[in-house]
Amino acid sequence: MTNIVLVGASLLTPYKYHFFNNGIIVATVAGTLCGVLGVFVVLRGMSYIGHGLSHAVFGGAAASAVMQINYFVGAGVWGVASGVLIGRIARRRIIGADAAIGVVTTASFALGLALLNRYGQAKKSIEAVLFGSVLGVRTSDIVAVCIVAVCVVIIVTLMYRRFLFATFDPEVAQVTGVKVAWVEVLLMVMLSLTILVTMRVIGTLLISALLVIPASIARMLTNSFAKMLWISPIIGASSAFVGMNLAYHLDTSASATIILVGTAVFIVVYATTGIRGRSRIANIHHV
Amino acid sequence: MTPGVLVACEHLSCAYGTTFAIKDVDFTVTSGDFVAIVGPSGAGKTTLLKAILGAIKPISGHITKKPGLRMAYVPQVESVDWGFPVTVLEVIVMTRTKTRLWPRVTAQERNDALSVLERLGLAGLENRHIRELSGGQQQRVFVARALFHRPELLVLDEPTSGVDVRTRHEVLHLLADLHGDGVTILLTTHDLNGLAAHLPRMVCLNSVVIADGAPSDVLTPEVLEKTYGAPMEVLQHGGIAVVVDHAGSHIARRLGRQS
Repeated sequence: MTNIVLVGASLLTPYKYHFFNNGIIVATVAGTLCGVLGVFVVLRGMSYIGHGLSHAVFGGAAASAVMQINYFVGAGVWGVASGVLIGRIARRRIIGADAAIGVVTTASFALGLALLNRYGQAKKSIEAVLFGSVLGVRTSDIVAVCIVAVCVVIIVTLMYRRFLFATFDPEVAQVTGVKVAWVEVLLMVMLSLTILVTMRVIGTLLISALLVIPASIARMLTNSFAKMLWISPIIGASSAFVGMNLAYHLDTSASATIILVGTAVFIVVYATTGIRGRSRIANIHHV
Repeated sequence: MTPGVLVACEHLSCAYGTTFAIKDVDFTVTSGDFVAIVGPSGAGKTTLLKAILGAIKPISGHITKKPGLRMAYVPQVESVDWGFPVTVLEVIVMTRTKTRLWPRVTAQERNDALSVLERLGLAGLENRHIRELSGGQQQRVFVARALFHRPELLVLDEPTSGVDVRTRHEVLHLLADLHGDGVTILLTTHDLNGLAAHLPRMVCLNSVVIADGAPSDVLTPEVLEKTYGAPMEVLQHGGIAVVVDHAGSHIARRLGRQS
């Protein structure tokens, strides 16, 4: 009995710290948000775009730090512009679209690195942006991630069928009256803003994993798009919550632990859903 | 616009970059038509459909449509992502994009969808994933989605491409039934004998319209050679024209000699 009380008290220890409470709120909301948008990222075969976009936002973050512009304004404008540009390149399906995306995003990333080397407190800033940091989470980060999460949930709910139709069958959706190009712009803007508000906790390098892993797990568990949109955010939020707690007790990086928890769930689901789950994930269409 | 005309294309030209896909096409679809556009690969069949549907902008010419014309499009089954996580019911109701605040399927939508499914012989399959259906059922689900939109004009791109003989018969019977119910149908096909020759009207296209009329008038060796650029023979079998490819018999003779 005493042992149970001791373990319980030890589990609650991190909640005494203000920074941890801030961090776990942002991480859990970020997990939910990435879970919702990850469904679109995975089903549209956009994992590479998500990865590239996080690198592009890094450039914006660095530039806004150097120019002393508010992070959300500077990196936000940069991220949304990159997102829309990447979306256009991907949609036109011109030859070498992946190469074009690679050039745009890695150039932005390289510019960010160079700016921080030259003008910033290089090492500290770069590490914080690349790997994320729970220590630097401010109230404004909580407000920002919550605003984006509420907006994304409202937009996805109101436009659910248009998003589904444009993702599943863009050509017929267009003919039926769905403005597919606008749906794609909206999706890229939401993705850019999500990366922007979650990057300080999760970091540039691991954010795409939080977009891909929960949605892939959800895909193995269900054959319904609507159910994926419930399961994926629940897995994203749970991985983030459990990962943050584990990270405190194991003294490991928060973002890495969150992703490792997600990966562990992926492996368990992959192993237990058998051929059915594996064939679902194998059949995900890649553009 | 002439009464009864649903779509009228006049001197229509469409291009991809500097290459013309269709050139100076005059083509009309009248209410009650059941028409197949035939031609070789790259002849501009799908381009013409997409121009009519409004998915491609013509570089010259005009398309006039009956005001308020409701069209629905059935894409090629090969273009469908069968691994996508959707059930039959979800596929059908996704066309009604203007929902109330909550995107749940309403009782009315469900009833409408179930009655379309029943009409197409798909009753009881509404909760199946699209991959779990047979080839004929898959094709019919996409026709069901189009019908759920209550179209006056149903447009199908290669409805029998990549399907087996039995499925082709199912599709043909289904389209004949729909036409009997008053739906105007426009489709493209590669399948001269299996599909086009059975319809009341066919259009031979190879960038330009080569012939337009009843199969008995259109299916001549001259028209076919002009359309496909290869000699073909036309035989009559049970009152239906049957196209025979010269190259096939020629190759068979050569192989026969060699063996």
